[in-house]
Amino acid sequence: MKVKETAKIIESKNLAQGVYSLKIKTTAAKDAIPGQFINIFSKDGSKLLPRPISICEIDKEASTLRVVFRVVGAGTNEFSKLVSGDEVEVMGPLGNGFPLEGEKSIVVGGGIGVPPMLELAKQLPGSVTAVMGYRNDDMFLTEEFTDVAAELIIATDDGSVGVHGTVVDAMNENNLQADVIYACGPKPMLRGAAAYAKEHGIKCYVSMEERMACGVGACLGCVCKSTEVDDHSHVHNKRVCKDGPVFLATEVEL
Amino acid sequence: MNTKVTIAGVEFQNPIMEASGTFGSGMEYSEFVDLNQLGAVVTKGVANVPWPGNPTPRIAEVSSGMLNAIGLQNPGVEVFCERDLKFLEQFVDTKVLVNVCGHSAEEYIEVVDRLSSESRVDMLEINISCPNVKEGGIAFGQDPKAVEEITRLVKAHAKQPIVMKLSPNVTDIKVMAKAAEAGGADAISLINTLTGMKIDVERQSFVLANKTGGMSGPAVHPIAVRMVYECANAVRIPIIGMGGISTWEDAVEMMLAGATAVSVGTANFFNPTATVDILAGVKDYMIRKNIEDINSIIGVVK
Repeated sequence: MKVKETAKIIESKNLAQGVYSLKIKTTAAKDAIPGQFINIFSKDGSKLLPRPISICEIDKEASTLRVVFRVVGAGTNEFSKLVSGDEVEVMGPLGNGFPLEGEKSIVVGGGIGVPPMLELAKQLPGSVTAVMGYRNDDMFLTEEFTDVAAELIIATDDGSVGVHGTVVDAMNENNLQADVIYACGPKPMLRGAAAYAKEHGIKCYVSMEERMACGVGACLGCVCKSTEVDDHSHVHNKRVCKDGPVFLATEVEL
Repeated sequence: MNTKVTIAGVEFQNPIMEASGTFGSGMEYSEFVDLNQLGAVVTKGVANVPWPGNPTPRIAEVSSGMLNAIGLQNPGVEVFCERDLKFLEQFVDTKVLVNVCGHSAEEYIEVVDRLSSESRVDMLEINISCPNVKEGGIAFGQDPKAVEEITRLVKAHAKQPIVMKLSPNVTDIKVMAKAAEAGGADAISLINTLTGMKIDVERQSFVLANKTGGMSGPAVHPIAVRMVYECANAVRIPIIGMGGISTWEDAVEMMLAGATAVSVGTANFFNPTATVDILAGVKDYMIRKNIEDINSIIGVVK
């Protein structure tokens, strides 16, 4: 069930330049699954719309969610200043989340697409290869992935760590095989991961991003082009917030 | 305490509705709100056939408001009747206003005719004010002759009372209100969104794919109050007031200005229980002010 409530910050950390981690005590943790997101609301009344932020870790026992986000504007800047004990309005869990499939999976994250792959890697039943892409050696969550994945492969844009290039370059270089690929990151990266999957006959799920308003599927602000006719409007528009953010790569136009 | 209001013979249990396009047909928000508590559900615009809407990005945030350029994406009237109206059947205490859109007079008529046999539809809200579609929509709402003509045409076909939804993007909204009244409208609703634009200074490009979008949210509320006041003093038909209503004070303000009922729009996005919160606030206000009948505050500020 979705909740909207005042939640409490349990822990806040700066992980890399402009990248922050918040652990939030919220009942939204109860039904959360990997790949879902929560809406976080600004305390500044002039910033009306919630910021949709992917869930990085779920602790149902402690009833906490961890989110890791990059500061991209005034809203996320405000959240980066939250400290333990502070209160914040949240709504969630939202979206469909990743299905847990495959004996052998590759989880691919690029930039701020890295965080949601952590809880996914933890919950996937089979063996997981994590392929994570960063700009440079100012990385985040790599220790956590080392703990939960069978293998961690890193790609950096400047070549300072791991493969010099993109996560798709890294997959090619290591000739990775799997039953399922899960990807979250910028559009070109999703396109690359989907192409790799197609070439190797692997099923591929991608997590999409779009400017949102309501977060629950009512306003139709955040649609993406779908290959099949969608259930809601009977056109070719799937709602990222409600039908997604996770789609089969073959289901959407990348 | 009486919270009932009547518009064109349709009795609403209270004057709180939600604004078309912000609430779907209520399905998505029924997880947060008991729809049976609302005066009415006002549906997202429905056309004769499915409309794909505009390219994305469709949403931009502005200070105390937002811009949208959805472009009236909707499943068309057939799916709407089979799915959305069926869903709304369970909320017997709540009236249903169906927002109707079209590119041409013929398309409006097709939808109005199709809805005429649907008993769940209590009223039609005719959208002649969407700023985000090139043909139809606002094109009918910015010229008084066109407003009167489309109103008369729709009224001739409609089996339910019709509410003409007016655009604020005009020189004098009173002229449009009078034109709707002259065309036989049972009521008017206002305001639709104000056409706006946002430019990304880093990318030096438009934030919205559509370049322009409709502005809504608390920032537009004073404009809406002024326009409702002006129209209330220009026409005799009832007014459904909307535009930035986010609190019970906003709702009361709109009624004092002359609205018989009010719609809550953008506020649903930052407070999914905004409608019922506002209703509770209005009731508290009535108790505190010893107001026996909500109708007694309509248009009292002259």
